[in-house]
Amino acid sequence: MGSRRNFSRFALGAGIALLIAGSAYSGCARRPKVQRGDTAQAAIATYVAPGDTDEFYLFYSGGQSGNIFVAGIPSMRHIATIPVYTPYPGTGYGFDKETKAMLGGYSWGDVHHPALSQTNGDYDARWLFANDNANNRMARIDLRDFKTKEIYGPLPNVSGNHGSTFVTPNTEYILAATRFSVPLPKGSYAPLEQYATTYKGVVSGVAVDPKTGHMNMAWQVLMPPFNFDLGSGGKGASDGWAFWSCYNSERATGKLEVTSTQKDRDYIAAVNWKAAEQAIKNGKFKTIGGTKVIDPKDTPGVVFLMPCSKSPHGVDVSPDGKYIVGSGKLQSITTVFNMGKVQDAIQNKKFTGDEDGIPVLNYDAIKDAEVNVGLGPLHTQFDDKGYAYTSLFVESAIAKWKMGTWEVVDKIPVAYNIGHLCVPGSDTMHPVGKYVLALNKLSHGRHISVGPSQPESSQLIDITGDKMKLLYDAFTEPEPHYAQIIRTDRIKPIEVYTKDDNKDPNAIWDVKDAGVTRNGKNVIVKIAAVRSNFTPASFEVNQGDHVTVYLTNIEQTTDELHGFGLMEYNLNVVVDPGETKTIEFTADKPGVFAYYCTNFCSALHQEMQGYMLVKPSAGAKTALLKMPSPAGAAR
Amino acid sequence: MPTSADSAHGFFDLNLSKRSRIAVFIAAMLLVPTFLLPLWAMTLYSNQFPDGLHLDIFTYKLAGAKTPARDDLREINTLNHYIGMRPLLESDFGEFVWMPLVIGFFLVFALRTVVFGKMSNLIDNAVLFLYFGLFSLWSFHNRLYAYGHNLDPTAPVKVPPFTPTLFGSKQLANFTVYSLPGPASYFMIGFFVLLVVAILLTRRPNRAAS
Repeated sequence: MGSRRNFSRFALGAGIALLIAGSAYSGCARRPKVQRGDTAQAAIATYVAPGDTDEFYLFYSGGQSGNIFVAGIPSMRHIATIPVYTPYPGTGYGFDKETKAMLGGYSWGDVHHPALSQTNGDYDARWLFANDNANNRMARIDLRDFKTKEIYGPLPNVSGNHGSTFVTPNTEYILAATRFSVPLPKGSYAPLEQYATTYKGVVSGVAVDPKTGHMNMAWQVLMPPFNFDLGSGGKGASDGWAFWSCYNSERATGKLEVTSTQKDRDYIAAVNWKAAEQAIKNGKFKTIGGTKVIDPKDTPGVVFLMPCSKSPHGVDVSPDGKYIVGSGKLQSITTVFNMGKVQDAIQNKKFTGDEDGIPVLNYDAIKDAEVNVGLGPLHTQFDDKGYAYTSLFVESAIAKWKMGTWEVVDKIPVAYNIGHLCVPGSDTMHPVGKYVLALNKLSHGRHISVGPSQPESSQLIDITGDKMKLLYDAFTEPEPHYAQIIRTDRIKPIEVYTKDDNKDPNAIWDVKDAGVTRNGKNVIVKIAAVRSNFTPASFEVNQGDHVTVYLTNIEQTTDELHGFGLMEYNLNVVVDPGETKTIEFTADKPGVFAYYCTNFCSALHQEMQGYMLVKPSAGAKTALLKMPSPAGAAR
Repeated sequence: MPTSADSAHGFFDLNLSKRSRIAVFIAAMLLVPTFLLPLWAMTLYSNQFPDGLHLDIFTYKLAGAKTPARDDLREINTLNHYIGMRPLLESDFGEFVWMPLVIGFFLVFALRTVVFGKMSNLIDNAVLFLYFGLFSLWSFHNRLYAYGHNLDPTAPVKVPPFTPTLFGSKQLANFTVYSLPGPASYFMIGFFVLLVVAILLTRRPNRAAS
């Protein structure tokens, strides 16, 4: 019996491996055609002439690079990188005092799911949130200046914040969840043998201040040690609910590839966040890790489990909020749950069991359909014409199917192994059914070779007609997961910081105010940068002094950026027009060090430089004299 | 037979016709917008600034175009420092103090002419205004000359001294500079033209009566 099960495990593993390999190296007989669009049509559809700009912003996550990438659609041109969790010398991010403090000593993050803030179920173009799967944080980017303004976390009790940063229809909450359960509170120890009982997951809502955007943990629900995966905020018919898919309802450890794929069904957790709010208000919570945690055993009615086909990945709510779509990545069907039926099952207690006191809803009572989409379905997006689009990882394709009739009406191959896909506004109440973006994991053979480390691929597909049409292949740095797409005219960024915008008390606006002040061992240097000079052009400190440089770019012209690179002190910041940044360091190395403008600014950019003179301290002088002289040198 | 001096004397003593007075009143009103509208406008085009850097000179201030992405006066000063040109500072322009006062004086003077209705006042008004207009042009030209000729000898880019254009366009390094009168100048011309019309309107009926 045991050996037979092992065999079937092997067979399943091998089968998938063959399928994956098959998509790459198929035999001559059934070799698929190289995927291409109609060249002329695709060229016209994606060509943005020099001087013209794109119709949509594409924000895609940078995965383990810790960034957000900004591109234009339909050209797919990469336009900017917004550093979030990783120092980025290009913009000086992580080198100045403010961003350094925000990074909190971490030098990477793993951004998977960006989310635009919403009002009344539509993008309001205020903020973009980004999760960090690795160090359990979330960040807020202000779309006024496309800069990271806040990093919140590590989140209490959340371990592996993957099911994040999906938002509720009025950005009441950003979702956050545990992917890798641990004993709680974090910092506790329990042997892995106690995983099923002692280890815990949480699903949580992080409140967003509607004025400032400030993020703060509002509620958490204690969950069995399942691996919570993707999230989605309910809206319309499902407003007030939040959903997370999970795998490993086996509560297994070890090689999860096998141990967590034994049951035929896992779950989608449905959290009634209005009930969670009420429970917190009524004091029905425990304080764990300094945060308010609801235990479903003590507070029924907050969370329910919807059985979903094996090892589901994506969970996506339809624009009207009536349907919750989940896909088991090891099966060939996508399940459509009906929110009305879910509520009816809850009301009439159509339960088939429970997990640690959390009711499991009757699968047959809550599902509307199982759509036969194809192999390895992951995520589903929606257009404005009643169609859904499901990514098929194993099959390397997108299936288009009709809501209501549940028939697959079209399928398009992608290159290769698609993860997420994105239709503009699919997670809002008003999608724009113009394109679907395929965010693929493999790209081999589709671009000039760059050796073994291959880029990711993003393919733009036209969905305006009956048949999906491939338009464009774009290649990106590692590693986009999910994306957000919004019409260009919705966002109105500033391009310079005016005096009013610059709240830094140490900003200066005239070269007359630049200069050096000393207070004991603390030296303050206020530097004005303007084409093509720094004021002051030199400053002197003593070895061991604590130096604070307040650098202001006093330009008021768009695109006139200045950098400040300080040699051998490992420092570079870039200031935008009207921006002030603070650089703090100890002048521990004696000598003369150049600082220079690192962001090409003007015809005399090369001349934009200065010197920091560090006078050796008495002790250091002796040390220098004691340096060994070259062998044989005459004394 | 009256001497020519008598005749001229008689002309200056004429009472203005109603139509003349109305014309002078309208002329006075034309001066009101000169307090609000630019007197002169300069636009500098280059490859980097296809929409142009724009500077408006009012009777009382300098105003560069301001957009969320740019402060044009600041930009013009930043660019000019490369050739050693003094920054354009409002405080350097005495004109901004006396010009509105002088225009105010002409407005009041014109209204006084409407009330007293004397040809002599009207003639004074027109002649003084002509002097004022010519003086302002000369003064403006002088300003431009001074900015273009008192260049800092230590400037990074040496250019031969020049006078920025007053009327029309001129190529300056990578910039094509357009300089043209603004709406306030046209209102001031209108003021003068209406004064002349007022003079003519009074002369004709009087001659017919004699």
